[in-house]
Amino acid sequence: MSRLDAIRGSSLPVSHNARAIAALAANPACDRRAVLDGAGIDKSGIVAHLGFPARFGQSPFAITRTREFKAIVKADDGAHVLRLLRELGLPAEEAKYHDVGAASGQEARHRRTMDVLGAAAREATALVDRPLLKLGVAGHEVYLEPDVIAFQADRRFHVVAIKSFPIIDGQADAGKVSAAAREAAVYVHAMRDLFGRLGLDPEGVSHDVVLICPKDFMNFPTACLVDVRLQLEALKRQLARLARIDTILDRLPPDLSLDLRLDGETPTRPAAELGAALSAIPARYAPECLAACEMAYFCRDEARACGSLEALGRSVRDDLGGIQSLDLAIELMAGGHVPADHAAIAERLGFVRRILDEAVA
Amino acid sequence: MSLLRSFLTVRAVRDGRAQPAATVRHAHLSAEPLVFIPLRMAGEAAAPLAAMLGTDRAAPRLLVIANPRNRDQRFAFMAELAELVVPYIQKYAAQVEISDTKSAYERCLDAPQILVPNPGGIAFTRLIGRSTRFRATEGPHAVPPPVPLLGRWLTFLHERAEFAGSAMLLAMTDVLAEHWVTGLSAAENGNLAAQLAWIDPPEGMTGPQAALLAEDPLRSPPAGPDTDPDFDRHVLQPLIDRSAAQARLHEALRGQLEPTWNLMWRAVDLLRGVPAAESAAGRWERDRAALARQSASIAEGGPPPGRWDSAVAAARRLSALEGARQSYEASKAFDDPLVMADHRAEGAAFAGKVIAVDADRKIIPPGKKRMVARPLVNIQTSDPVRLPPGRKLLSAARPKQGTVLMSVDADIVTLQINSGMTKDATLPAPGEIVCYTELDPAGARRPALPDVAETPWTHGGPPPAYVPTDEDAQEAWS
Repeated sequence: MSRLDAIRGSSLPVSHNARAIAALAANPACDRRAVLDGAGIDKSGIVAHLGFPARFGQSPFAITRTREFKAIVKADDGAHVLRLLRELGLPAEEAKYHDVGAASGQEARHRRTMDVLGAAAREATALVDRPLLKLGVAGHEVYLEPDVIAFQADRRFHVVAIKSFPIIDGQADAGKVSAAAREAAVYVHAMRDLFGRLGLDPEGVSHDVVLICPKDFMNFPTACLVDVRLQLEALKRQLARLARIDTILDRLPPDLSLDLRLDGETPTRPAAELGAALSAIPARYAPECLAACEMAYFCRDEARACGSLEALGRSVRDDLGGIQSLDLAIELMAGGHVPADHAAIAERLGFVRRILDEAVA
Repeated sequence: MSLLRSFLTVRAVRDGRAQPAATVRHAHLSAEPLVFIPLRMAGEAAAPLAAMLGTDRAAPRLLVIANPRNRDQRFAFMAELAELVVPYIQKYAAQVEISDTKSAYERCLDAPQILVPNPGGIAFTRLIGRSTRFRATEGPHAVPPPVPLLGRWLTFLHERAEFAGSAMLLAMTDVLAEHWVTGLSAAENGNLAAQLAWIDPPEGMTGPQAALLAEDPLRSPPAGPDTDPDFDRHVLQPLIDRSAAQARLHEALRGQLEPTWNLMWRAVDLLRGVPAAESAAGRWERDRAALARQSASIAEGGPPPGRWDSAVAAARRLSALEGARQSYEASKAFDDPLVMADHRAEGAAFAGKVIAVDADRKIIPPGKKRMVARPLVNIQTSDPVRLPPGRKLLSAARPKQGTVLMSVDADIVTLQINSGMTKDATLPAPGEIVCYTELDPAGARRPALPDVAETPWTHGGPPPAYVPTDEDAQEAWS
């Protein structure tokens, strides 16, 4: 049993999806997230037991809408996809449509994906629907399910991402586009990895992703190309770091366990004990985590309790010259005892205090 | 964030309470604002789910769509919304006066003010405007006449809202953040309930304690436009699927909207408690003039704005937005010592004591022949001055007097006074405490842009005017 399995304990590992892997790259300095994801631990289950339930569920309406829109895009052997590729200057005429989703079992589906992609790379244009890719994350094999993979005449594959947020008059929500780009980068990375294993050139997978969204207020699909090179680089760095997770594990207590000790579906591990175990893995909480990580509210509580300045936002910490602790900041602001290595920021804070007093006087 | 705001954030945490970041209220507040809280159907582009709105805090109007995915019901909702919002705006647009300035222009006596909870509310208001302004009032999918009018007005209000200092459409969390610094990060401050908990915690509670409670979506439902996914799953979905449950659907949505409604009016009260800044009335005057222009354009039967700006219009607009931003930042600092302190901390301003004045100094400016008065003022300051020599500086005490920074020598700053030395003007006197800044309420001068008809070929040549099309008018909503 590996060290990560021991930390997870009796629960089965949860499988990651692309969104979870993309979130990993959002906070690369966080050991806690790296260990929990590396071990395949159910983060939602942990925080629910600790009394800090994760707060980013998806509305059933959004789920339905996404499913309906994907069906429209893929209908008639991907007619819309072919039209949109042509409009983007990526003609894929006479592309053969392969739905590999019918194969039973993940391994079979993945094998079928490999076969179809391998053949398509050597022959003609193809659309591969419901492919299943595989990627090594922290020593675990993870299955990933992109929407569609298109292949076009100049012998480059394009990952196609179908999203249900609209592009209105040529503009889409910037936050949603960048989330989609981070997710698509995971697929591009997995595809390149697969190409490597098939003995094909990884560069045969384009870093331009085709993003398909509803146009204006309609159900009619429109598309644009999104360059995900930056997201790819960030992802590669983080995955490489996860691969070196042993160095993080070496710093942890040898008997560390995050086992919920499930009795059926009920955790029997005392919450306080679990919380203490979790706190043994250093976290790097910043407010950005609230939108990206299930653990965020637990980590925020912990960061606030120990007076982390970063919990107030990275800009606050940076403005205050890199001081880590709230208590020290308060002391320096009050003009108390100044440690020699903080003389410069203490002087600036003294100045701010003085002009503030002048302003409200 | 700035150093001063970061400082105040830490102080807020220390005291368990938000800290004032302004001594005066920089936003104009209408005597009769329209509070508007729209909710959107999750996963849809611009499908409204419900809205609570009104000018009377005791009598909010609740609009609900029984099935947000039904297009006819959506048109009906927009018609209802238009019946409420358009008369509110037109009441102000109808009353016009001629300004008593040198070149006379039209302006409305007062203007509407729509308050939404957060920037998401503003973005959604824009989308409602975008989806309704092209609709035709006859032919297929005809809508009642107030609907495209609603679109015109909401589009106009959103365009104005992008101008710093405009107050006809405001996001409450932004206005509050401008006036108070909480112990929350920027992202958490987007939650109106949590932000207000820090600013005005209930009796016997600290800001952070109250904010923790306020973050619970069961206690304080999200202020929109997005709803709580758990509410969608456990309450909304069963009610929408059973179309018979109309009354219960209304009650459920009222329960989601009412807490935010009350928070909005509490925020209005808090803001009314702060005295208005001196230049706020001038900014509101610009809103009133813009309203009169828009009203005239609609009355003349002009088409709605197209989907895209032309190159010249976009450049002009960007430049105007930039000018408005600079002018707003400067006016705020001139009106409010606390805002000026923020700029002092960033090095854009400094304060000190006048130690010497050479009032009779005369020089021949470069390129000129006559001697002119150019007094010198020496100021002793303990601020770290980071302004370069040659920088033009102004002072809130003598806003008409143009000066230029000559030199900074240790803690002595030397200024030369260039203009504004009229008969009744005074020079800074020795012993006086003065504050000078590079900020200029007049905004920076911008290069002139060619007329639309002379758009150069590099920018596509003169753009065709937008002509409303049937396609736009009948655009599908699905």
